[in-house]
Amino acid sequence: MTDERITYKNKNAESESDTTEERKTVIRIRDVRKSFGDNHVLNGFHMELHEGENLVVMGRSGSGKSVMIKCLVGLMAPDSGYIEVMGKEIATLNRQTLDELRSDIGFLFQGSALYDSMTVRENIEFPMRRHKEKLGAVSDTTTLVMEALENVGLGHTLDLMPAELSGGMQRRIALARTLILKPKIILYDEPTSGLDPITAKEIIELMRSIQIKYNTSSLIITHDVDCARVISERMILLVDGINYAEGTYAELSASTDPKVEAFFKK
Amino acid sequence: MKLVDRIKQFFVQIGELSYFAGRFFKEVFTPPFEFRELLRQCYQMGNRSLVLVGVTGFIIGLVMTLQSRPTLIQFGAVSWMPNMTGISIVREIGPVITALICAGRIASGIGAELGSMRVTEQIDAMEVSGTNPFKYLVVTRILATTLMLPLLVVFGDLIALYGSALVENLKGDVSFQLYFNIVFDALGFGDIIPATIKSFFFGFVIGLVGCYKGYYSKKGTAGVGVAANSAVVMASLLVFVVDFIAVFVSDIFYEL
Ligand SMILES: Nc1ncnc2c1ncn2[C@@H]1O[C@H](COP(=O)(O)OP(=O)(O)OP(=O)(O)O)[C@@H](O)[C@H]1O
Ligand SMILES: [Mg+2]
Repeated sequence: MTDERITYKNKNAESESDTTEERKTVIRIRDVRKSFGDNHVLNGFHMELHEGENLVVMGRSGSGKSVMIKCLVGLMAPDSGYIEVMGKEIATLNRQTLDELRSDIGFLFQGSALYDSMTVRENIEFPMRRHKEKLGAVSDTTTLVMEALENVGLGHTLDLMPAELSGGMQRRIALARTLILKPKIILYDEPTSGLDPITAKEIIELMRSIQIKYNTSSLIITHDVDCARVISERMILLVDGINYAEGTYAELSASTDPKVEAFFKK
Repeated sequence: MKLVDRIKQFFVQIGELSYFAGRFFKEVFTPPFEFRELLRQCYQMGNRSLVLVGVTGFIIGLVMTLQSRPTLIQFGAVSWMPNMTGISIVREIGPVITALICAGRIASGIGAELGSMRVTEQIDAMEVSGTNPFKYLVVTRILATTLMLPLLVVFGDLIALYGSALVENLKGDVSFQLYFNIVFDALGFGDIIPATIKSFFFGFVIGLVGCYKGYYSKKGTAGVGVAANSAVVMASLLVFVVDFIAVFVSDIFYEL
């Protein structure tokens, strides 16, 4: 299987590969496997995310993208393989150390996953209830919540319920909730799925501005080619449970491999 | 073949439910404690079922008295009415009816709520934001049902007795004061204590089953419906099982 993988790393310009070498690796996935009964979802997946990088993982629906990202934060345990986030191996952490690590990781869920019995304000405050120490001297959470809401341009929704918001607004509130603890790594699970192209573009712009403002490392899962083109520095194609191809958008979109080509066909 | 599968499924569920209960007892005594959420749940549960329990209790008390009057008159024992209804309501009918209403109202509500939170990944979102969802959602709900059910039972009992007293008052010229005096004279600790203990267990079972079904709900919106529905069925069934065991045990204790 390993021989099938396509890497464009060597074709990179020398100077570029030099800079990536110097960047710290914040996420390292080695040979991760996961099956559900006879359904072999991940069959030896490798991935590395460097500090400050925007990495896009593309794959077809059901290829195991969400499974992979859930293994990263310990929501699912892989059958075998090694996962390390910010120098800590996920499998060895207990509840407390895992929670500490998770406060540095932002997770934007595929369906927003807003708590529908709580107001927008309570939703955004929720991650702060267990991580007070991370907020430092700030005792008034209202200013933090307002700041987070202004960041996503939805300051007026403070006391609304999630059900009163449109899908795009919900996604932005979810983004605000993800950012409230100022995570160092953000995992986006299909941030633009189910949104119209214009709203999708707004979300992508938000993601970019956040990346610049807080210098976060981002792992973006998507099957939206436009999103990948705009935001990715590097891309990984997840096919048949492995990192089938790896490279920049330009490199991959020019590929002649039939499985890679299939992603970029309009 | 199918029957074998079903029987197997039944025992698997019992096993899982016991494991779930074990986890509850492990988590309920370790900090952090979610007091605010517990209070909110208690309030919601009481609020949601108070009217229903009241109306049902009133009708049960009324109907039971009306139905048994002719027979008691036949035996010239109508003056025993307060004793009879009082004891049967407090010992058996009040707790069981209230528990069944709550199984329909609360267990299904919890099942649907947690089920949809599971399906829409809200439980996962809690987990990654550093709040233990088992503590925040499950422990608070099970504690709330366990604490609230006995209160609802007392409330239901009183309304049912009032319904019964109303009939006696209108048809039999027994004053309310006399009626309640007879009832409270007739009731002993042997009636009240087992009924109260039993009510705690009813509440526990209702919360436990609702949470278990919702927490492990299958993906998809259909999973939520199944969770709510099977929570009611299983909770009602377990209420009767607990009732059976409770009567059996209290029978031994009080040598009745
Ligand atoms: N909890 C689970 N139990 C059983 N099978 C699962 C579970 N979660 C995921 N799967 C299976 O794993 C496979 C990959 O699912 P996953 O959700 O990762 O897909 P995905 O790549 O995120 O797709 P999409 O783009 O549609 O979100 C699917 O075949 C799915 O049926
Ligand atoms: Mg997915």
